Amino acid sequence: MALDSKIPEGPLAEKWTKHKFKSKLVNPANKRKYDVIVVGTGLAGAAAAASFGELGYNVKSFCFQDSPRRAHSIAAQGGINAAKNYQNDGDSVFRLFYDTIKGGDYRGREANIHRLAEVSVNIIDQCVAQGVPFAREYGGTLSNRSFGGAQVSRTFYARGQTGQQLLLGAYSALSRQVASGKVQLHARTEMLDVVIVNGQARGIVTRNLITGKIESHSAHAVVLATGGYGNVFFLSTNAMGSNVTAAWRAHKKGAFFGNPCYTQIHPTCIPVSGDHQSKLTLMSESLRNDGRIWVPKTAVKGLKAADAAKITEEDRDYYLERKYPAFGNLVPRDVASRNAKQMCDEGRGVGPSGLAVFLDFKDAIKRDGLETIKGKYGNLFDMYEQITGDNPYEMPMMIYPAVHYTMGGLWVDYNLMTTVPGLYAAGEANFSDHGANRLGASALMQGLADGYFVLPYTIGDYLADMPYDKISTDHEEFQKAETAVKERINTLLNINGDKTVDDFHKELGHIMWEYCGMARNEEGLKIAKEKIKALKKEFWSNVKVLGENEEMNMSLEKANRVADFIELGELMIDDAQNRKESCGGHFREESQTPEGEALRIDDEFSYVAAWEYKGEDQEEELHKEQLEFENVKLTQRSYK
Amino acid sequence: MNLKLKIWRQKNAEDKGAFESYDVSDVSPDMSFLEMLDVLNENLSREGKDPVHFDHDCREGICGMCSLYINGKPHGPKDAVTTCQLHMRSFKDGDIIVIEPWRASAFPVHKDLVVDRSSFDRIIQAGGYVNVNTGGVPDANEIAIPKVIADEAMDAAQCIGCGACVAACKNASAMLFTAAKVSQLALLPQGQVERHSRVEAMVAQMEEEGFGNCTNTQACEAVCPKEISVTHIARLNREYLAAKASSDNI
Repeated sequence: MALDSKIPEGPLAEKWTKHKFKSKLVNPANKRKYDVIVVGTGLAGAAAAASFGELGYNVKSFCFQDSPRRAHSIAAQGGINAAKNYQNDGDSVFRLFYDTIKGGDYRGREANIHRLAEVSVNIIDQCVAQGVPFAREYGGTLSNRSFGGAQVSRTFYARGQTGQQLLLGAYSALSRQVASGKVQLHARTEMLDVVIVNGQARGIVTRNLITGKIESHSAHAVVLATGGYGNVFFLSTNAMGSNVTAAWRAHKKGAFFGNPCYTQIHPTCIPVSGDHQSKLTLMSESLRNDGRIWVPKTAVKGLKAADAAKITEEDRDYYLERKYPAFGNLVPRDVASRNAKQMCDEGRGVGPSGLAVFLDFKDAIKRDGLETIKGKYGNLFDMYEQITGDNPYEMPMMIYPAVHYTMGGLWVDYNLMTTVPGLYAAGEANFSDHGANRLGASALMQGLADGYFVLPYTIGDYLADMPYDKISTDHEEFQKAETAVKERINTLLNINGDKTVDDFHKELGHIMWEYCGMARNEEGLKIAKEKIKALKKEFWSNVKVLGENEEMNMSLEKANRVADFIELGELMIDDAQNRKESCGGHFREESQTPEGEALRIDDEFSYVAAWEYKGEDQEEELHKEQLEFENVKLTQRSYK
Repeated sequence: MNLKLKIWRQKNAEDKGAFESYDVSDVSPDMSFLEMLDVLNENLSREGKDPVHFDHDCREGICGMCSLYINGKPHGPKDAVTTCQLHMRSFKDGDIIVIEPWRASAFPVHKDLVVDRSSFDRIIQAGGYVNVNTGGVPDANEIAIPKVIADEAMDAAQCIGCGACVAACKNASAMLFTAAKVSQLALLPQGQVERHSRVEAMVAQMEEEGFGNCTNTQACEAVCPKEISVTHIARLNREYLAAKASSDNI
């Protein structure tokens, strides 16, 4: 099957406008004849479901949490970018487009990214109209800050809770449609399969997480807005429930998976404290504006933060300032992360595990005074103390990189449709807008852009050609999918092995982090591939899943998801093996500059890797979407 | 440290439920409270026993999914934290810890420590939004909002909908939750058009869901992990009276 990205012809800045005009429309009176399913209620899902409801479609919205308001978009702290140029500092749609392409290390699609920059402007208007309490200046206008290395102030924010406020805005729009009867809400419901009839996505199979009941839902189109898959690493900044199941099951039904190995590692997380650790907590990157990052020049085993003051200035290595004098502590996420790992690999890491570096505010406090630092970062310092028990006003923080956001996801065309007609993917669940690396404050932008301003246009173009008739859930394809889901659940419940689901998940995480994390090489990836194959085999013969299906059963929920993570893990390794270049956060050890920096190989790898599922235990087939750059010039990133 | 846990176990909504005792050993002070429960659940699973069900998700103190009445207080002994941000260094070796679900008839138990909080969603559905369609809205800076007002609206808006306020209230009132949303939108210019109808509809829904009334004991504010102030309840009351005074709905 040939990949058709359906990128419209014409100049970059006119593509979206022309495309919208060329898209077919559904007559307002006919919209009520179409049913649309939206899985996930984060920024992309809630915004899409609300917008479809407004337009007049019948919408069914699904989330596994107890309320749509709890989707993981709520945890984003920093802000949302938009090319408003309110600061009169030279921002523009093109500049936001350019920064996003470059920040993604030239592995994103020009047309999609330009559209994202274009609609970013509308997003802020929309959210303000909904009552999102963005930060304001005294004169009443919106306040902006700069973020993630951008040279303009284009980031809108609501304290450190921007994701929360934007999500609550989308959730309120969704709630309004629920009240009006246009959206039917199914919380605590998990999608376990997508149903395809005559080559088109026509519905989903779900498990009610309260009763265990397996149910079918029929529709004319299905949208997956189900987030990222960072939890494949077990430890990540993702919420505990974040999983890949919906996207993975869709992949097995024919949706290609794009760039699965693209994982973003965030440099400023609280380090792992022990084997009991269930997740990692991110500290806002803004801390690097004032904190200085260092390790001792010579290794000190188990150095505690409380003893950091004993290390004299001469014995400290402020390695980012030393290696990158121009950017210093503010180098991009991938560079900061990689260097922290390097220090720890050299044995100069600090803390009981040796897997941490110091982030020191001593000089900032001396320079600006305690009150100023409190005012800027007080809530973050409190949170840090809450978790670690250390007071960061008196001693340096300890940080270490952690898995944060996944840029890979289901392959979609310009309309956000996967390779399965009628099946769409939005937000973090698709691959399209961030390239190999995501800039700060751009995930929220993409979620809302897809949900509010892209899908409502593109889905109409598809539905306009669809007959109105509904397919009954008695249809054999629904029955087949339901049976398969039930059989899988029964199998899981009857294995009755020795190891818990978490045992397997942790083991998978170790393999992925060790061999397919911040740095990889051919040999390691080969080892990882074998290890995962063995892990999968053991899972299906030795996992212990308790309880029954027909009840609330969180052990079963996890097992179902971890089984999918194991399969995805294998594909991530295949993808990493194929991409023999360093790119974004992915340092391929065989591909580096003489100075040891990441080396991209544009001649060979300027493409999207889209993987096609070929059947159980078969190697997947790689398809390539060549990336065309007509508006930007590819250059090596350098921060020296 | 070693701890004894007394945990409410209840198979489903129909089951009567009872406390069960469990011992957990080797608890590290660095563990979060939920990680301590993870350890218990891993032990139970290995013994072939059904793990204790509890709600949790982001584990960063913002999603509002985690709950738990710990030693008689929602989210445990510390002020202004969610259960996921409570760490075991707040407890001592040998402690007995009593863990219960939220107690309120408007939050029925699903299983063990998991309750149904969908009544909160229905309160929002009654009017906790601005009726505005996507697209066709004015430029964001056309709506000027003084910084102090925006900040005050944000203070209210940071409610995470966890339900601790209801759980702590002797009347199981949802006033603090409802007030936070009413107050946010009443403060902002965008919320003015529906100011009166909103507060009437949301209060009516709150009552229909079976939440009790507010008698100003302020237990809600004391346990709120986001320190939402009861002054928002005062604003809700004013908004409600003003709405009723001019309302057609008697």
